[in-house]
Amino acid sequence: MELFVVSLLNGLVYGMLLFMLASGLTLIFSMMGVLNFAHASAYMLGAYIAYTLSLYVGFWIALLIAPIICGLIGAAIEMWGLRRVHKNGHIAELLLTFGLALIIEKGVQMTWGLMAVPYRIPNGLDFPLFDLWGTQFPAYRAFMLLISALMFVSIWLGLTRTRIGLVIQAALTHPDMVGALGHNVPRIFTLVFAAGTALAGLAGVIGGNYRVTEPGMAFSMGPIVFVVVVFGGLGSLTGCFIASILMGLIQTFAVVFDYSLADLLAMVGFVVTKATPGSEFLMVTMPRIAALLPFILLVAILVLRPRGLMGTRDT
Amino acid sequence: MSAHANAFTAMPAPSFLRRHGIWFLMLALMLVLPWLFYDHDRGRHSGFVITLLSEMALMSVFALSYNMLLGQAGLLSFGHAVLFGIGAYFVAHTLNWIKATGIFIPVELMPLVGGLGGLVCGVIAGYVATKQRATAFAMITMGIGELLTAAALMFMTFFGGEGGITTDRVVDTSVFGIAYTKPIQVYYLLVAWAMIAALLLYLQTQTPLGRMANASRDNFERTQFVGYDPRVIRYWQFILAGFFAGIAGGMYCLVYEIVTFDTLAAVKSANALLAAYIGGAVGFIGPIMGAVLVVGMQSGISLYSSAWLLYLGVIFILMVMYAPGGLLGLFANHIPIARTGRLGELFVPYLRVIIPTLVMSLGFILFVELVIHHTINAAQGKKFGILGMRPDPGSTLIWIVAIVGMIAGALWLRQAGRGFMTKWSALIEDAKTKGIMS
Repeated sequence: MELFVVSLLNGLVYGMLLFMLASGLTLIFSMMGVLNFAHASAYMLGAYIAYTLSLYVGFWIALLIAPIICGLIGAAIEMWGLRRVHKNGHIAELLLTFGLALIIEKGVQMTWGLMAVPYRIPNGLDFPLFDLWGTQFPAYRAFMLLISALMFVSIWLGLTRTRIGLVIQAALTHPDMVGALGHNVPRIFTLVFAAGTALAGLAGVIGGNYRVTEPGMAFSMGPIVFVVVVFGGLGSLTGCFIASILMGLIQTFAVVFDYSLADLLAMVGFVVTKATPGSEFLMVTMPRIAALLPFILLVAILVLRPRGLMGTRDT
Repeated sequence: MSAHANAFTAMPAPSFLRRHGIWFLMLALMLVLPWLFYDHDRGRHSGFVITLLSEMALMSVFALSYNMLLGQAGLLSFGHAVLFGIGAYFVAHTLNWIKATGIFIPVELMPLVGGLGGLVCGVIAGYVATKQRATAFAMITMGIGELLTAAALMFMTFFGGEGGITTDRVVDTSVFGIAYTKPIQVYYLLVAWAMIAALLLYLQTQTPLGRMANASRDNFERTQFVGYDPRVIRYWQFILAGFFAGIAGGMYCLVYEIVTFDTLAAVKSANALLAAYIGGAVGFIGPIMGAVLVVGMQSGISLYSSAWLLYLGVIFILMVMYAPGGLLGLFANHIPIARTGRLGELFVPYLRVIIPTLVMSLGFILFVELVIHHTINAAQGKKFGILGMRPDPGSTLIWIVAIVGMIAGALWLRQAGRGFMTKWSALIEDAKTKGIMS
């Protein structure tokens, strides 16, 4: 029970972090059709910029400024990069973001070094919030939950209650029609791209010290965010939310259960040894399968149900 | 692209040598190059050069096979290394099997064994991946790539975990009686296979399948109307690409005699993509040019700078933004102007563009090298050096030189670029009025 509740909370924290990353990507992908490879790079940049800023001005100001810097970088990428290659089709756009991801990773290595940087949780939040059957729940995780919940509510309100939000929603499915009605669609694209990148940056700011801030973080996070976006479905923030939470829970719980198929067979009285045919497969434990799970899901969804959980059209 | 195609077809039928001379040129170059670096004092070949050339040969085949998907069928794959890697593992296991049992399978046929491995992998992975196209295809291939890389670290028997599978190419089953103890012997075997593979790959572009792959790339819906199933085209194209990627993997195994999970991983796939795109996915020999460039940077520039991947990334982005046809496309753009006989008029405008480009690039390179020196290299005790000079990396002056060079070069290039484009447009216009270009 203790293990279950703690894992549930941890899964929730991780899921909300994923959602912060995936929500921006879903909006960008649905609206512009661009699978943004540099999205996870913005997450990494957010963490690194926040680390540097927090050395000089403290965590709280970094929390505010770092996402803004990421958003500006995103706007620049959209205005000077993507818009230029747009006429060459989606593959050119995808390749551009792929190249940017390569360059950003190298740039981060050059600027901050090859090793992880000591980006730590701010002192004001470094205490256990409550005890659960002897296991402490850190206040910082609660803070992450709070930030992501705030962000979720504001995105939702922004998209459903404001005028620009309604235009964005319309542009998700019918960009040409929105343009015909006299709205400046390229500017909406820039806005959404910048906002999405800023959100990824924010995820980096609060996720970088929760996990680890190192040059490989974009590369390890990127594919998982893609999985969430595809799983949730194009054009659906709700689907994206459900997918993020599910993915967070699946990955957290899979790590907790340190069992393999061989253990399961042992319970029914069949002992697997090295000599058993296929023993290699049977003896792989759940935490190791957990690393494969997102990719199995990705391939399976794209092949079997390309529109994902709640998508409005195929990927 | 259609414009270039027209330009080519409008030419009078050239002689056999003119049409196929490039093949003989390539072969001659590959045969002669090792001897240019022959060390006469010690009476042996330079090991570095032989490895470099071998890597170029195998990467060329790999990039060409990648281009069967990217250039010919318009399919962007992020997991092509899976086919390459499985081919390499097949060869490693086959060589070990020959060693253990003494069964007679000629070493010369090892790339073919790799090809079969890639083919099998292509049949399985392709069945899943080719169900979709465009972005979904790219993501499925990425998923398969990540899946197999993770699996390679998990399953010891076939993949050997982190250590990989080591093997020995000296198994005494050569049909020509060659021992393959020397790298040069392996290199010439690789040259033979690279030529065979390249020729087959070229012929494949002329087959109905190759043509239909082009059609489904250019107009997906019309291909369906004509009565072809684009999925079947994609599937066959993928399987054949797997075969050739596997051949490249087999060549890799023969050169290095060890196959690790790196051969399957995303970096390898990205290399194929970079090579094919930078070289030019629009024409047949583009990927070969790209592979030579990528391997050259990987092995050559990496000796001098650890930022080679950054430079490659920047070149890639510039290509995506300004020259979607890659290096080959840049050359091909000049053909109509050359045929009006006015190519010489571009000499001065080019000079005017190249000088600011050099200033900008040198400023950028100096800047990058300075940054990387201070964050990484200084800690490793390396000395700062650029172009054979050893300026003091701590001085403010050198930073100013780098930044001013970069910015001034960029502004100057912008200015000069306008003049160049005016001249260029005028020449293209001239080619159009003369009916050389439509």
